[in-house]
Amino acid sequence: MSRTMTMTDSAEAPAAAVPAAAAAAVTAPAAPARPLWRDWAGAALVPAASLAVLVAVLLAWQFLPPLLGVPKYIIPQVTDCLSELVRMYEQENLVMHFVSTATMSVVGFLAGGLLGAAFGYALGLSPLWEKVLSPYLLALQIAPKVAFAPLFILWFGYNAWPKLIVTVLVVFFPILVNVLQSMRTVDRDLVNLARAYSMRKSQIFWKVLFPSSMPNLMAGLRIGATLAVIGITVGELVGGEVGLGYLITYGEGQANTAMVFNAIGLLTVIGIAMYWAVAAIETRVLHYIPRAAH
Amino acid sequence: MLNNAPALELDEVTRRFPARGAPGALFTAVEKLSFSVRRGEFVAVVGPSGCGKSTILNMVAGLDRPTEGRVTLGGEPVTGPSPHVGFMLQKDLLLPWRTIVHNVEFGLETRPLNGAQRRERALAELKRCRLLDFAERYPHQLSGGQRQRAALARTLAIDPDVVLLDEPFSALDAQTKLVLQRSFAETISGSGVTTVLITHDLSEAVAMSDRIFVMSERPGRIVEEIEVDLPDRENPIARRALPRAQDIMSHIFSMLHLDEKVDA
Ligand SMILES: Nc1ncnc2c1ncn2[C@@H]1O[C@H](COP(=O)(O)OP(=O)(O)O)[C@@H](O)[C@H]1O
Ligand SMILES: [Mg+2]
Repeated sequence: MSRTMTMTDSAEAPAAAVPAAAAAAVTAPAAPARPLWRDWAGAALVPAASLAVLVAVLLAWQFLPPLLGVPKYIIPQVTDCLSELVRMYEQENLVMHFVSTATMSVVGFLAGGLLGAAFGYALGLSPLWEKVLSPYLLALQIAPKVAFAPLFILWFGYNAWPKLIVTVLVVFFPILVNVLQSMRTVDRDLVNLARAYSMRKSQIFWKVLFPSSMPNLMAGLRIGATLAVIGITVGELVGGEVGLGYLITYGEGQANTAMVFNAIGLLTVIGIAMYWAVAAIETRVLHYIPRAAH
Repeated sequence: MLNNAPALELDEVTRRFPARGAPGALFTAVEKLSFSVRRGEFVAVVGPSGCGKSTILNMVAGLDRPTEGRVTLGGEPVTGPSPHVGFMLQKDLLLPWRTIVHNVEFGLETRPLNGAQRRERALAELKRCRLLDFAERYPHQLSGGQRQRAALARTLAIDPDVVLLDEPFSALDAQTKLVLQRSFAETISGSGVTTVLITHDLSEAVAMSDRIFVMSERPGRIVEEIEVDLPDRENPIARRALPRAQDIMSHIFSMLHLDEKVDA
């Protein structure tokens, strides 16, 4: 007892003692001491190794199949793909197909994301409806949404609607589930605090629930961004005459393997771009969350 | 508010909850609690965990209703959340996406104030809690003790008549706890606000309050009321050193027969 007292008394003014503790808390934990050259070497090593892997893969891709006697219609060489890319640009209206797929992916993603988030918040606010609808939501979540594509073509015809609806469905669920999860797990004490300050339901939503859900919403959007490209691609594969998915079936019909490779590559580019965009928005929105030091 | 009414009064308050696992059955969390708190008084409620301390707080804050009896604030029955009551918990409940000053403004956002007035009040409160330098930081950039002081600043910013503190120090390490108790005691003495401190720490109750209500295990009832007739309410550290404080503590210990209990 008296021991504790002297310790605290020596820290005379609490004002002096607490900021000292704070200063320690604010500065990031120091990295374990390492020689500087190792840091530099480490920093340069990783990108160099990544680049080396890429080069190795491209070289293997270029030279291994001919050596092993694999015909070009199975695995075209890198250079074949590049010249085919130029030909597609010049003769197949590649830019139009690319832009179509990219736009549709973004539109489907935005619509699916908006709907998923809206349903997530609405169900989160009304536990009764959540209970009533949850078995159907679960069933729909498990159902392979892309399998609906031919059905939607039967219903809506060969236009943009089938692939957009498939994409909306595919994007909808992960976002709904994530938002709903955050609404279920929000700190009740935080809600009670807001209630104690006489906040209305709408104020509690906008000041507490909605901002608390941001990490979950962002995680859902990140998943949705990559799924959107899948949804559009399946729609284009099944029907229609535009988009990279269509170029895949077209190339397949012509036994033009390089064209299929190129279309897949460009689809991946769209997916990565959308993922990056969401990740960039996420870092801005969640700026208040401490990043793990690395 | 009636002028001579106690700041807070509980009159034969009982709260029952549905029993878990037994549909239709009820269990009693607190039973026939009666006590009153004078204006500006600092009262501590101590008791073992699960005895219904937080239940009392919820009823005073208007977040929950008594099953029987009534709670009055300044003579007015509590029917819901009151703008004259502030509370804080063991968790700081700071919103991680808001800066400290913006967090302190949280409780002011339902008051008829414009943005500039809110900011002014929040900054004044942070100054009183000696956190002005941290106004633009985010909660994760502060230590546990600083976050609790920010939570106190938010609680006091609405200029409440009654402040309810539910184990505000129990998540802190021993030394931070002592420093923070003193900091809270100073701030609260300075503001003259009526305070109810809920705690399971008997020495904390003796060090900080004017009066202590000791509660029994469930169903929670008040088994003893102790006047802490000690000077230095604004400095718990000095108070702990007083021989009288030791006497009061040993009195409570013997009264609770703590020395006879072997299994907790
Ligand atoms: N909303 C509630 N519904 C059901 N039981 C509750 C509720 N709130 C508290 N209780 C029960 O009441 C008892 C007292 O709880 P609490 O007031 O939190 O105790 P303390 O704060 O003293 O530890 C506990 O057994 C707790 O499980
Ligand atoms: Mg409690």
